[in-house]
Amino acid sequence: MKIAGFLLLLSGWVLVLTAVVLLPAGGARSAFVLAGMAVEVLGLALAFWSHRILYRSRE
Amino acid sequence: MTLELSESGAVFVLLSILLIPLAIAGLALIHTGLGRSRNAGHMMMSCLCVVGVAAGTYFICGFAWQGVSGGTAHIARLGGRDWNWLAAQPAFFRGVEMNGSPASLTVWMQMLSVVLAAFIPLGSAAERWRLGPLCASAALLAGVTYPVFAHWVWGGGWLAQLGVSYGLGHGFVDAGGSATIQTVGGLTALAMAWIMGPRRGKYTSEGMPTAIPGHHAVFVLFGCLMAWAGWLGLNSAGAALFTGMAPRRAVLVALNTTLAAGSAALMTVLVTRVRFGKPDASLAANGWVAGLAASSAGCAFVPPAAAALIGLIAGLLVPFAIETLELRLSIDDPGGAISVHAIGGIWGILALGLFERFPAPVLNTADDPARLTSLSGAGQGLAQVIGVATLIGFVLPLTYGLNWLLNRWLPHRVSQEGERQGLDMHELGAGAYPDFMTHTDEFFQR
Repeated sequence: MKIAGFLLLLSGWVLVLTAVVLLPAGGARSAFVLAGMAVEVLGLALAFWSHRILYRSRE
Repeated sequence: MTLELSESGAVFVLLSILLIPLAIAGLALIHTGLGRSRNAGHMMMSCLCVVGVAAGTYFICGFAWQGVSGGTAHIARLGGRDWNWLAAQPAFFRGVEMNGSPASLTVWMQMLSVVLAAFIPLGSAAERWRLGPLCASAALLAGVTYPVFAHWVWGGGWLAQLGVSYGLGHGFVDAGGSATIQTVGGLTALAMAWIMGPRRGKYTSEGMPTAIPGHHAVFVLFGCLMAWAGWLGLNSAGAALFTGMAPRRAVLVALNTTLAAGSAALMTVLVTRVRFGKPDASLAANGWVAGLAASSAGCAFVPPAAAALIGLIAGLLVPFAIETLELRLSIDDPGGAISVHAIGGIWGILALGLFERFPAPVLNTADDPARLTSLSGAGQGLAQVIGVATLIGFVLPLTYGLNWLLNRWLPHRVSQEGERQGLDMHELGAGAYPDFMTHTDEFFQR
């Protein structure tokens, strides 16, 4: 589960880089950068959640 | 663009850098004071070892990969533009004349900065991190994670070039290290807390956290004062070396740094007073350092009122972040390193995009004629967001992956018996306070 979270983090970063490289300045670039950030937030949430599940189950 | 410094400018930067060890010593005191007495000697010993390992690794290969702005680098061509990924300097500082040149001052400041960054994970992994693995982890940070990201920001890398290449303000700006030092260290602290898990006895069988108070409030609060002096040097030297700030603007840097730290601590005092009935000293100390961490990115480019606001918000974020991590996310961070350095640092990076007032082009964009007439900083916020996305999307997986692999080969965590006994006796064979053996095992369930 945590690996999936890290894959989402990397995917979000690639989305941000792609937006910077491919899109011209303007709203579309900003929107895609923010979308990349949103994917990263999802990945972070998944990583936090999997850690919590792991340690709660051990206790 | 390469930086040029006058004789007086070089002396100013050198004196500023000489203050930075106070920040390092301050963090060491804070980490030690926030831990239990049975681990105090081990923590200070760990700090000394980390200084040696991080500085040595940076000397061997770290600087070669970080480099200086305008130095040789590996460049890829993407989308019709140059992307500067990694420095290509010789190892062992070869090629840098140690004569007070900007490059030599950068080397000296960076060696101290990497030590500061390597100290931060000690806070989150305190009381359960073995000495050998923590030295190996510091080497990974100083040899790989830090130099790569610092090159992108301070070595003329692609984040610094976002302004020139893509018209995003002045590119990613981080004058004093909110990103390169604080957030890189804070995210490594998060990775270590994930890898090692909570201390034994921290959570009950129902999953409720128990309070494990630190052993020396005076260490913690005096460490804050030392860190303040160190941060004045860190922010002043960083702003001069990495953004080209004129030395006379150090007045603004000093004011902003002090206002941010002070307002952050006061806000944390207020929040804890309202929530718990009395101000909490350890949380106030965390708020103070979070204010310092948040002040760094924009220390030379925001007005004093904005610096105070940045500090107030950092001081508001810290107690809630610490509570959320401990209570809801089962993350045991004895020193509050994740909340203070990662969250405080990220807030500082974003705050620069919100409050920036650039008086002149910074070093990143000084070669771009368009910037000389257009100083609106348009796109600066987006550049800062891209920097944060890189920290969370690249640096966090990298530092987690490296430390996870290290853990397979050299386990980070001390044995259960070692943790019960305390790391002083278990790893060093002697306690920090042999005349005052007063601790009990109240935090261990039998």
